[in-house]
Amino acid sequence: MNVPLKEKKLLEVKLGELPSWILMRDFTPSGIAGAFQRGYYRYYNKYVNVKKGSIAGLSMVLAAYVFLNYCRSYKELSESLLDCFASGGVSPDRVGLVHRLI
Amino acid sequence: MNENLFASFITPMMFGLPLVTLIVLFPSLLFPTSNRLINNRLISLQQWMLQLVSKQMMSIHNTKGQTWALMLMSLILFIGSTNLLGLLPHSFTPTTQLSMNLGMAIPLWAGAVITGFRNKTKASLAHFLPQGTPTPLIPMLVIIETISLFIQPVALAVRLTANITAGHLLIHLIGGATLALMSINTTTALITFIILILLTVLEFAVAMIQAYVFTLLVSLYLHDNT
Repeated sequence: MNVPLKEKKLLEVKLGELPSWILMRDFTPSGIAGAFQRGYYRYYNKYVNVKKGSIAGLSMVLAAYVFLNYCRSYKELSESLLDCFASGGVSPDRVGLVHRLI
Repeated sequence: MNENLFASFITPMMFGLPLVTLIVLFPSLLFPTSNRLINNRLISLQQWMLQLVSKQMMSIHNTKGQTWALMLMSLILFIGSTNLLGLLPHSFTPTTQLSMNLGMAIPLWAGAVITGFRNKTKASLAHFLPQGTPTPLIPMLVIIETISLFIQPVALAVRLTANITAGHLLIHLIGGATLALMSINTTTALITFIILILLTVLEFAVAMIQAYVFTLLVSLYLHDNT
């Protein structure tokens, strides 16, 4: 059965066809909004909208939020790390801790 | 360290794009809506909490004041969730920005006061002069009451900003102190760490209390004016 490339799901696309598959995706604003909506509902219906949802559904979202904020502030954190080294305020084995959890 | 201390209060931008919009909109993701009678656990918990708070807060108002129920409940949910999310590591708290709090306080206060002046003009004007003041004191008292009226939105905004900012700064400082003390004297570092834990518990409470206080005061201004 020959499914056209445009309608294949990601896991069914062969590796050689991958660049053309990516280029064929819908990059209009409504397409992107649709992708976000689908992703949201996939997560929501799998982890939250179930009969006995647990704290994990919410915690995974919060953990992802923390991670994204860390990525956003990585540059400033590593610069302040260099400052800390230069002024002799922290020893090299405390490197991990200086990326403070604050 | 000084520059790093205030770095977390800078408005987040990425490649010139305002990331802060996404951060302000994020709490809305945590409050899903539903059309069912019986919902999943998350929505049921939120609905129970919302009913509890709305009954407690809207019971003092008359019919006209209760039309504000949606506004006040959204307000307390927004401020509460934003403050609590700000306690997560590395996150940005929009309510530390005075601009945002003024943007919330001034329209709400102005709405309440203007409603009062339009519907109960005599009673609103009468608020400027407490009952039973001696005649020579009247001019001065009217001026004082006017000033106290106009300071209400500023006080609302500054109270929220100062409380949340001060809490975040304290956590930064005491966390930094704990780290610095660890190589010098471990016992002192341990004591400082316990202080940090107590402070974090306090901050959780402050986050929720500040939301409550903000909304309660707006509701009181409303009650005076409806």
